[in-house]
Amino acid sequence: MKNAKVIELEEVAIRFSGDSGDGMQLTGTLFSDTSALLGNDISTFPDYPSEIRAPQGTVGGVSGFQVQLGKKKITTPGDLAHVLVAMNPAALKANAAFLNPGASIIFDVDSFSEKNFEKAQYKTLDAFAELKLEDYIQIPVPITSMTKESLKELELDNKSVLRCKNMFALGLICWMFDRPLDYIEGFIQKKFGKKSPVIAEANLKVLHDGYNYGMNIQQATPQYIVHPAPIEKGLYRNINGNNATAWGFIAAAEKAGLDLFVGSYPITPATEVLQALAERKDLGVKSFQAEDEIAGICTTIGAAFAGHLAVTSTSGPGFALKSEALGLSVMAELPIVVVNVQRGGPSTGLPTKTEQSDLLQTLYGRNGESPLVVLAASTPSDCFYYAYYAAKIALERMVPVVLLTDGFLGNGSEPWRVPTMSELPPITPRKATNPELFKPYYRDPKTLAREWAVPGMEGYEHRIGGLEKNAAGAVSHDPENHHINTEIRAAKVEKVVDMIPDLEVIGDVEGDLLVVGWGGTYGHMISSVLAMQDAGKKVSLAHFNYIKPLPRNTAEVFSKFRKIVVCELNLGQFASYLRDKVPGIHYYQVNKMKGLPFSVNELVENFEKILEA
Amino acid sequence: MTKFNYNAKDFKSAAEVRWCPGCGDYAIMNAVQKTMADMDIAHKDFAVISGIGCSSRFPYYMSTYGFHTIHGRAAAIASGVKSANPDLTVWVITGDGDSLAIGGNHFIHLVRRNIDLNLILFNNKIYGLTKGQYSPTTDRGFITKTSPFGTIEDAFVPGQLVLGSRGTFFARAVDSNVKHTQEVLADAAEHKGTSIVEVLQNCVIFNDGIHDYVTDPKFRAERQIFLRKGQPMIFGEQEDKGLILENGRLKVAKIGENGITREDILVHHPEEDNLGLQVALINMALPEFPVAMGVIRSVEAKVYDQEMKKQIETVQAKRRISSMDELLQSGNTWVVDGENCSEPVKFFDNKCFD
Repeated sequence: MKNAKVIELEEVAIRFSGDSGDGMQLTGTLFSDTSALLGNDISTFPDYPSEIRAPQGTVGGVSGFQVQLGKKKITTPGDLAHVLVAMNPAALKANAAFLNPGASIIFDVDSFSEKNFEKAQYKTLDAFAELKLEDYIQIPVPITSMTKESLKELELDNKSVLRCKNMFALGLICWMFDRPLDYIEGFIQKKFGKKSPVIAEANLKVLHDGYNYGMNIQQATPQYIVHPAPIEKGLYRNINGNNATAWGFIAAAEKAGLDLFVGSYPITPATEVLQALAERKDLGVKSFQAEDEIAGICTTIGAAFAGHLAVTSTSGPGFALKSEALGLSVMAELPIVVVNVQRGGPSTGLPTKTEQSDLLQTLYGRNGESPLVVLAASTPSDCFYYAYYAAKIALERMVPVVLLTDGFLGNGSEPWRVPTMSELPPITPRKATNPELFKPYYRDPKTLAREWAVPGMEGYEHRIGGLEKNAAGAVSHDPENHHINTEIRAAKVEKVVDMIPDLEVIGDVEGDLLVVGWGGTYGHMISSVLAMQDAGKKVSLAHFNYIKPLPRNTAEVFSKFRKIVVCELNLGQFASYLRDKVPGIHYYQVNKMKGLPFSVNELVENFEKILEA
Repeated sequence: MTKFNYNAKDFKSAAEVRWCPGCGDYAIMNAVQKTMADMDIAHKDFAVISGIGCSSRFPYYMSTYGFHTIHGRAAAIASGVKSANPDLTVWVITGDGDSLAIGGNHFIHLVRRNIDLNLILFNNKIYGLTKGQYSPTTDRGFITKTSPFGTIEDAFVPGQLVLGSRGTFFARAVDSNVKHTQEVLADAAEHKGTSIVEVLQNCVIFNDGIHDYVTDPKFRAERQIFLRKGQPMIFGEQEDKGLILENGRLKVAKIGENGITREDILVHHPEEDNLGLQVALINMALPEFPVAMGVIRSVEAKVYDQEMKKQIETVQAKRRISSMDELLQSGNTWVVDGENCSEPVKFFDNKCFD
């Protein structure tokens, strides 16, 4: 066992891990918020099983929450943790592979019993030796018994006592990282203070006892110092991708002067988008929890027909169910936004894990020639801006837009400098203005967008629908008309290129290797590319947020590099799309299908191999 | 005095109507157009939403706002339209395949939510647009193209489904009886909540005469009973038969026989929440009973779109956050203003938008 000391770090990753009922997500979130308030930059990664309460003590039931904090810009939650809190042997086993060499492991020694070793399927009774963690800093803490001791004066049932265990661990970690407890205290008071003062008292007591315990055993516990990060000035808040997405839509509706409607069906990991919108009745959001995914998008289409900014949220399986109706919105040319918080597939797949495998479904997964605009957010907080921009494109170009995020972005959080509404570009919906000149499919020659006239507007009464129409809005089976309209619908989507920025290159605009990514992998991509650049390699990054259409300068950017590698959490869907849209280039690929984000290390290793090849 | 002085013609579009000659849809459309004209609501505030099927071409033949959507989804799309804008008068046109098969889920949930719209269910017990396959209302044993040896499943009784889904309004009419259909549609239009009107519709090509036994005008008085609010449930050429309850079950009784007088005959109360009796009326079938026509149930209940509006108003009356800027700045925030910190860059500048 190594000796304890004070460790000063630029960045540190901490993983909280226990049974799915142990409150690890809350513990991690409170610690992250506290750190962000202190001025650290942070990035978080909740990692939990799809069962609400998997069998206690088993590896399958382990719920984890990782946060990385630092004194510089933090772009990922960290590959490997410097500190692990393991509430039982299963948590230790589940996380052994994700620890920095020599990491500190705080574990509840009370739970390291023969029975729990058995549940976690250890072969021996020496967990650390079996997992080859002997050289790590082991900090055995009797968390369960100390919690019981701490609360023996309060008349609480055993279950309620055990529920406070996480606060002991949190108090201890706060001491190790020199975090004040006031934010957490405020949270506990707010959450339990009125409803159940005794529970509030219990949590506060255990939290302080955990903190004091750290002080008392400081000989054996390392202390970490992480200074605040030099980031942009401004007002900050912590936000996760799902909330940022929801808020982006509210901001867009306000800017456009429209009411916001959301029609959705709960689905992991997208449910929070619906919840965050349902919460905002104060801002007039109309939320409709539909009977199924199909009704989710259909009510959304109905609301768009009625003149609202209308959005629906889902994940892969739900997106599949929405396909036919999405085709209707392509045909009817109504402005809706669908956000797909991607998860591992196919079928039910890995509901709580992240993946980028719905790209081709999004681009092509409908009957007929059915083009639409596809955007992808790349960090938890930029979900706000891409949701906003998705709405802007939909409303100004009368086209359905799909916003791709993923479980990693949706659940992950980071500090965010909040903008003011005045920083956001205007949104001008294409509301019809002259009934004399109005026909449902007359178009702006520049953008090919039709006009939007909605029930209640006098003089614009018209019929639309899923059948092919002529420009005047009458049903038409004329062969020439269908051919032309098919081309127009495709061209209309391509013309959105005028609204999107050029592809940005991070690093030199020419070099040996261009690393290409899209969507939620950004944090790991930029970290690995910066690491390569620091090592003197001629490596740059081009990360895509605009998938369809692609930025205008894409081919030009690609032409300046000797090699190009496309990295994504699927078998190569974006790579095959690029082979079609920007042909004549050999695209190397890095692919991962583990339900987990990339790690910076694995990316760097792959890039080095490709450079040498 | 009416505000608009519309007549039925004001609701006809220029589009050529393409239903088969003799199709029951023509009569229903005439009844709808007449009803809309009589409603005295601004033309611009009507929206007619349909799914897929012969009847679903309906919106194209109307001069109002219209949306011909996809199979089974009219109820869901109309739910979105009405929830977004409760000021609109929304009509859904659908059939037995559209609403009771592929769109069954949306249908029952529309009814459960009690969204204030009017749904006309054209029931011809067959798939017409695909040329003659059995539907969820096709009777057991019936031979169609997909049941060449007869179906081996029982049919939905639409009214049962509506009442089982907590429906607040259910009525039944016959396509060819335009006057009565209009009467029923007017009641449906007036009802606050989801009004379901089942119209027994004749498909002249693929299921001609399927309802004849019930609908033949020659036997109308004997085979149909027209239920009206506050009126005794009497039928028959001589108005000599009526419905009574005996041991908790409906029974046809002859007035003047076995001491039965007009006073013994049940009086119709669609406005009462009397599910048991109303379902019994819906279930009445020949030859034991006449088939019930008219408004069978019309009860008051909370209306979804109004509740949605009310909830927003209630929350807004006490709100602490009234704009996006306030939301962005609410809750746990902190200010970063360190010496080593840089000036903020607007996101959309940073991303070099034009």
